[in-house]
Amino acid sequence: MHIKKEPELTRLDSASAEFAVAGNGLLSRRLLLGLGLGGAGLSVASGALGADFDIPAWSKQPGPGPSGYGQPSRFVEGIQRDPGRANPLYPGGGASRTPLHQLRGTITPNGLHFERHHAGVPDVDPTQHTLVINGLVAQPLAFDYESLLRYPMVSRIQFLECSGNSGALFRDTAVDGTAQSINGLVSCAEWTGIPLSVLLDEAGVSPEARWISAVGADAASMGRSIPLDKAVDDVLVALFQNGEPLRPEQGYPMRLFVPGWEGNVSVKWLTQIKLSKEPSQFRDETSKYTDTLSDRRSLQFTFPMGVKSIITSPSGKMQLNNPGLYQIEGLAWSGAGSIAKVEISADGGVTWAQAALDTQAGDKSLARFRLPWHWNANPAQLISRATDSAGNLQPTRSQLLAEKGALAFYHFNAQQCWAVTSSGEVKNVYV
Amino acid sequence: MSMFKTTCFSAPLLALGLALTSPLAMSQETLESPQLGRKITSSELIELDLIASNESALPAGSGTAFQGREIYAAQCASCHGPDGSGGPANQKLVGGNIKSTEDPVRTVGSYWPHGSTLFDYVRRAMPANAPKSLSDTEVYQVVAYVLFMNGLIDQYKIINADTLLSLKMPNAGGFIDMSASH
Repeated sequence: MHIKKEPELTRLDSASAEFAVAGNGLLSRRLLLGLGLGGAGLSVASGALGADFDIPAWSKQPGPGPSGYGQPSRFVEGIQRDPGRANPLYPGGGASRTPLHQLRGTITPNGLHFERHHAGVPDVDPTQHTLVINGLVAQPLAFDYESLLRYPMVSRIQFLECSGNSGALFRDTAVDGTAQSINGLVSCAEWTGIPLSVLLDEAGVSPEARWISAVGADAASMGRSIPLDKAVDDVLVALFQNGEPLRPEQGYPMRLFVPGWEGNVSVKWLTQIKLSKEPSQFRDETSKYTDTLSDRRSLQFTFPMGVKSIITSPSGKMQLNNPGLYQIEGLAWSGAGSIAKVEISADGGVTWAQAALDTQAGDKSLARFRLPWHWNANPAQLISRATDSAGNLQPTRSQLLAEKGALAFYHFNAQQCWAVTSSGEVKNVYV
Repeated sequence: MSMFKTTCFSAPLLALGLALTSPLAMSQETLESPQLGRKITSSELIELDLIASNESALPAGSGTAFQGREIYAAQCASCHGPDGSGGPANQKLVGGNIKSTEDPVRTVGSYWPHGSTLFDYVRRAMPANAPKSLSDTEVYQVVAYVLFMNGLIDQYKIINADTLLSLKMPNAGGFIDMSASH
């Protein structure tokens, strides 16, 4: 797509007219699924490869043998989370974000799943770790790791998103960032674990219990309160992530996984579940993870993550080098169910076209969307908006600000706009 | 299927079985549970169960701001400032008025709705470089000092489980509980 060849562009131009579905170059989502221009794209790509067919060095000598734990190619070492600089006054605290713009598909590799820690990653020895269930139960119980491995487990492919993800977009000035730096506090994995209801049944939930409090074994003993009806609905005590034991930074040896809700309630290094009539009013559900409205009252226990989509390519700080055919790609998800539809605009929201969903989007999992786009080197404003299976439409930024006010920080799920300049620079803007 | 065959000729027995089974216990997972939880007593959990919420009993002990001044200076002031107005990490504990029209300053005095949260958080997570290093009495003392710096108590007020739970925080009525709308 970086090579300019006049004859191909002519074909693209005529196809653009034939397959146009919305303004400023958006083409039919069926375009590369058997109709039209597949051949044109390929011929451009083959030109880009050049004509050097010498046998490469790696085809002339054996490589290293099998290894114990595979690592990515050294040529993709640049695909990294962005942990930022350590703050000595906040030891172990902070976050790292998933490089969404460098990944494809919908499953986040375990080493690239976003992190958020409140007192660093504890080095938990599973033989010394206990999960206790106490409070309003018939019989307080303690579970060790070996015992939990004998319980029936279920697997679910679902997203996890920090409620602070994209929070910078509440601010007055549009931050100049990437899809990773702005939106990278969302990831998706196959989580395998024991339904919490199984363990609660064993302890015997008292009729007056309404909440659980989940506490981690990290240095902050991070805790969150969760309504009991959610806890017995679909919450897991997760022990595996994408088939392997949880990574330490994801809560090894066990974490809570609370589908569709703000990531902070999926307490890592889970060591205690306490049942009670009322929430525990932890610091991270009063002082933090609450949003102040314009009238200065604050919203508390705003658990579900709203319907949301982001364009990962083209995205912030990318550079389009040549006019021609591009794929607008991105991710969509909703805490209320699956993704029913994603629409894309290339003209700042004036006209819209429906994108193809490349994966069968499951319940509360990431969906990948795609739409062909012919960039003619004119300025463009790329926006996506998702609709979920419950009929919720992703709001515009001004709609979200009207609802939550300008003081909010958490649960930003509004439509985001990448502006493409005539010279091909891509930048986050507000429309 | 086989279960149906066994019970279909005895509808009254089936109804009795259902009546004795809670909705939770009817899930397939429960039937498969190996039931490996070790029975424990709450006295075993004194070290582990640090939840000091409004509902749970806060631990025994008490303290005053006068007693907490020294601990605060030694353990807290380097990050939070000598008077709680924020240090190098800008972790303000004091000041602000959430109801004013200025940018919100969220501190214990201006924002936190419950006094118990202060005890709970300090005991489990503070000081950040050595969490859980303070005794319960020291936590009560430093909690009292933070409340004193916010002008919520005088320096000789005894802070214990009772007085902390009955302390009315300035922003106690400032929150809307959204938990029922999920």
